[in-house]
Amino acid sequence: MPQVDHKKNIIEVENVSFAYSGDENVLQNITLSIHRGDYIGLVGPNGAGKTTLLKIMLNLLNPKNGLVKLFGQDIQTFKDWQKIAYVPQKAVNFDVNFPATASEVVSMGINTKIKLFNRTTMEDRKAVEDAIKQVDMWKYKDRLIGDLSGGQQQRVFIARALVNRPEIIFLDEPTTGVDKQAQDEFYKLLQKLNKEEGITLVLVSHNIDRLIKEVMHIACVDKTLTCHSSPEEYLTASEPLDIHGKKIKVITHHHYI
Amino acid sequence: MLQNIFQYSFIIRGLEAGLIIALIAPLIGIFLVLRRYSLIADTLAHVSLAGIAIGLLLGINPVLTAIATSVIASLGIEKLRTSKKVYGESALAIFLSGSLALAVVILSLGHGFNANLFNYLFGSIVTVTASNIYIIFILGIIVVLTLIILYKQLVYISFDEDAAKVSGVPTRLVNTILIILAALTVSIAIPIVGVLLIAALIVVPVITALQFKKSFVLTIIYAEIISLFSVAAGIFSSFYFNLSTGGTIVLIMIIIFLFTFIIKKK
Repeated sequence: MPQVDHKKNIIEVENVSFAYSGDENVLQNITLSIHRGDYIGLVGPNGAGKTTLLKIMLNLLNPKNGLVKLFGQDIQTFKDWQKIAYVPQKAVNFDVNFPATASEVVSMGINTKIKLFNRTTMEDRKAVEDAIKQVDMWKYKDRLIGDLSGGQQQRVFIARALVNRPEIIFLDEPTTGVDKQAQDEFYKLLQKLNKEEGITLVLVSHNIDRLIKEVMHIACVDKTLTCHSSPEEYLTASEPLDIHGKKIKVITHHHYI
Repeated sequence: MLQNIFQYSFIIRGLEAGLIIALIAPLIGIFLVLRRYSLIADTLAHVSLAGIAIGLLLGINPVLTAIATSVIASLGIEKLRTSKKVYGESALAIFLSGSLALAVVILSLGHGFNANLFNYLFGSIVTVTASNIYIIFILGIIVVLTLIILYKQLVYISFDEDAAKVSGVPTRLVNTILIILAALTVSIAIPIVGVLLIAALIVVPVITALQFKKSFVLTIIYAEIISLFSVAAGIFSSFYFNLSTGGTIVLIMIIIFLFTFIIKKK
């Protein structure tokens, strides 16, 4: 088990603002630090900029102002992407007709560098096997990804993220379209990865009620960073709860439309 | 009155060229189809027509000018698409109609090569000259080797571009290489199936193989079998029954597709 150093910030977002081509800012002066071994939920209403912030942290979008550092290094020059894994939101509504088995999807994650002779080694196969077993999907490994249930698909995507033994996993609304029971199992798996493997988890969700039972920290995003605290502090702080209490209702309403 | 087909060197040449193209078309096709890029094959074919017109006008081997024009255009299409200022399919429309317009204007400048042009529009094994065989062979090897090297990256990008990018795949480079390979494949396939039918060669075996709902590797193998069979059968039957080669190949492919589609739907 890796040593968890709770003091070291491995993700630093400094004064980041973002706008989609000339429009008004979607994100405004966000500053946020995430330490090694953290399990943080980015919450907020739809359109609040959660996914945008996540994409900025992954260098998929460039901020208008501000700076992002991963492992202390400016994201623009960061090279060690093997340490990072990403489970995108669209993972749950991907092309269900895509011809790939669960184990083919997992092996996509491995050996992403272009090499002249990139033969799959025994170690690669072992890593794929381990990752599939870790998420309990071994018996479904030869099923087509589109034939699996939402919860099973999500496990396969986690396995793909795990295959390079990452230090941070970013997940965007991972439980959308996953039934209640599979959600519980899914969160149990995330707890295990965080506690036992020491993997830092950054999770975007609008389901605050569920997330609050799981994470170490909550960061509320609504154009600006409106809170960053432990779940307990979040619940006891009466004023932000009022504001967000109202918002939760609105969000839940949207969610069921 | 079956003649011995192999006594004609042009048939052998056509068959050689046809089988090389049959081999590489689905390899490119699977990535284009899965990325909803199918239309690009058609666009690049029309661009190649402009290239052929230039070649015919200047008296250069039209296959060479077709390759050059389609590669240049493919880079332009990718640039326009990634700029996000134009929708992907609108970028294609600009190039498709633009190059067709260019081809027509150039053709109206030169007279007397209209009969030759018909072969390029609909394909004919007679168009495959000995020097074309070398070009097709060398480019075929380049396409296959590049695809082998980039296979993993292409599969990942086709499935999930953002996740691929995060885990370090140089998506921009790989996308650009894919579109150049598509341009090469289209332009070397033109002598056999022609500008107007080429998209079918790239797309139909792949969508047929997809009906079987198998793993990625098996889907490629099925597409290869369908493609090689259709091209060989098309060349032989077009010779014996004196039919258009490109048309026959594409009709065979579509019959196989319909057959598979109906059986698999049950």
